[in-house]
Amino acid sequence: MNPRTLFEKVWDAHLVTRETPQTPAVLYIDLHLLHEVTSPQAFDELRARQLQLRQPDRALATLDHSTPTLPAAAGGERPYTNPAAKAQVAQLEANSVQFGVELHGWGSRQRGIVHVIGPELGATQPGMTIVCGDSHTSTHGAFGALAFGIGTTEVGHVLATQCLLQRKPKTMAITVEGRLPAGVAAKDLILAIIGRIGVAGGTGHVIEYRGEAIRALSMEERMTVCNMSIEAGARAGMIAPDQTTFAWLQGRERAPKGADWNRAVERWQQLVTDDGASFDREVVIDAGDIVPTVTYGTHPGMAIPMNAPVPAARTAVEQRALDYMQVTPGQPMQGMQVDVVFLGSCTNSRLPDLRVAAGILRGRKLAPGVRMLVVPGSEQVRVDAEAEGLDQVFRAAGAEWRLPGCSMCIAMNGDQAQPGQLVVSTSNRNFEGRQGKGARTVLASPATAAASAIAGRIADPREYLAEAIA
Amino acid sequence: MKPITRIRSRTAVLADENVDTDRIIPARFLTTTSREGLGRHCFNDWRWLPDGSANPEFALNRPEAAGCSILVAGRNFGCGSSREHAPWALLDYGIQAVISSEIADIFRNNALKNGLLAIVLGEPVHRWLLAHPGVELGIDVVAETITLPDGREFGFWLEPFARHCLLEGVDQLGFLLQQGDLIDAFIREREGREAAIHGRTAQESRSPTTGAGT
Ligand code: SF4
Repeated sequence: MNPRTLFEKVWDAHLVTRETPQTPAVLYIDLHLLHEVTSPQAFDELRARQLQLRQPDRALATLDHSTPTLPAAAGGERPYTNPAAKAQVAQLEANSVQFGVELHGWGSRQRGIVHVIGPELGATQPGMTIVCGDSHTSTHGAFGALAFGIGTTEVGHVLATQCLLQRKPKTMAITVEGRLPAGVAAKDLILAIIGRIGVAGGTGHVIEYRGEAIRALSMEERMTVCNMSIEAGARAGMIAPDQTTFAWLQGRERAPKGADWNRAVERWQQLVTDDGASFDREVVIDAGDIVPTVTYGTHPGMAIPMNAPVPAARTAVEQRALDYMQVTPGQPMQGMQVDVVFLGSCTNSRLPDLRVAAGILRGRKLAPGVRMLVVPGSEQVRVDAEAEGLDQVFRAAGAEWRLPGCSMCIAMNGDQAQPGQLVVSTSNRNFEGRQGKGARTVLASPATAAASAIAGRIADPREYLAEAIA
Repeated sequence: MKPITRIRSRTAVLADENVDTDRIIPARFLTTTSREGLGRHCFNDWRWLPDGSANPEFALNRPEAAGCSILVAGRNFGCGSSREHAPWALLDYGIQAVISSEIADIFRNNALKNGLLAIVLGEPVHRWLLAHPGVELGIDVVAETITLPDGREFGFWLEPFARHCLLEGVDQLGFLLQQGDLIDAFIREREGREAAIHGRTAQESRSPTTGAGT
């Protein structure tokens, strides 16, 4: 057989029918993740056509986007931002019952951001095809799965047939050589990559991240990298599974057990790009060059080292972005005054993210006037963090410790910044108004977010990290 | 879906590059459980001033943009979130076709599935269209051409299956459902293979514990 890429192996294994010039391939989907925002119209379509789920046991639902992150009142009433949000959640609860879908709802100890709980449950596994009505489904590619976001019409397709109509995407290799310097995070790496290839650099492609620096990343760090593949326009991001992957998965609720586990690992080990396989496009990056990186504009491609001067606008649109952000070309982002810090989102809300930030905040206080929201990615992360006392560290520093959810990443549950406020955010999108109308978002790593919260200005985390380690 | 063969309209131009789906429909309007009525909030934070009046600076608020159903947009239109609310909002607002030199993957897919033409043109003609708002364009889905007022024609390419569905007014779920037997056979074969690997009956191995691997 011809040498194949990791992507091609997973693609081929899921072809019900191959594509022809006239028709796309029919691709089988192993795992379908659902949340309340992009599913109601799809379930309505099923009802209208009197269809059932083709394989309900391959769907998994959770509540995350519209959900409040403040606790319920004494009477059990949850502080939804508006009746529509409440109705949307109730709708998914009702649809899950009617169609027999497993829902991690309010009562579940595993509720959380959809892209945090899939891996946590061991539902996300190497070699799978995984979809969700959510563009950051690319996160799951960290396990060597082919995982991508779909629209609501396609959510209906998967519910009804467990399949999607797809044209085969192109492939792109991003090889990251060397090692990330101390104090430089996976978030800095992916921001630097998007800054380099651009927000449309991956359009039409599935990216495979490879190289020494990628192999050295933990699973959480790999998820951070794959999560933001879509910010480069890519369909998906993938990393070949290895011992790090297997060790992380073993023993998780939905992972294979006993002899099944050994057989599964044997199969998963085949999921690597063969020597001699070719990509449509290749990019090589030297990890040693990466430093703490932040965004300065209104899309994730406008990313630079925090101590580098903001580049001058080349177009009227770029000028608008600089005006919106109130940044001055020639000045670095480092030192800019901060109003709000958001630690959370499917990019950076896992336990190690919280640990790094808590390590910096321990024994310190937020700068006067700074508001900080810490939102764990899932109930599991919340419980684990509380067991380690991280919530106490955040609270003692003056930060708010919230319940899991998307929160200020998308600001549709009421958690939002005020017009004009500058938010240092560990999320993935700095679009105009993403964190509240008029809010100015600077994307950064958890360490940079924590350092900036203390300094009240965008700050280099490396001095604090050195102290935290010492 | 109604069949779509041709569209004729003046163009409205939104020259900004990288217009993301958050700008097309801000997240706070996504708490809806229906597809209807999103047009009011299409480009909401760009289109309306804080006092609720129309922002005169916003390109689509200019008098000459009124009634245009073809939107010429800057490069990489529709990037960001996968929300299908973006094409729903555009259609409800009255846009029937979006033209750019590059359109984000998920948005393009979503748009075509809802009968919103997403058309990618080469740089030179795209640049010309950006510079000439309000020209009368003809879009022919059968011939895959756009025609300028002076009669010049430019070809575009639509994914053949999406084009077929547009022309016939067929929806893609119908097509997928027709593949039911093939899908059933694929699922049976997979379950059998997993059962063989794990030494179980196909019935026992139905629980989705492992991916397909190779
Ligand atoms: S945390 Fe943000 S990016 Fe992730 S799923 Fe939620 S809204 Fe989307």
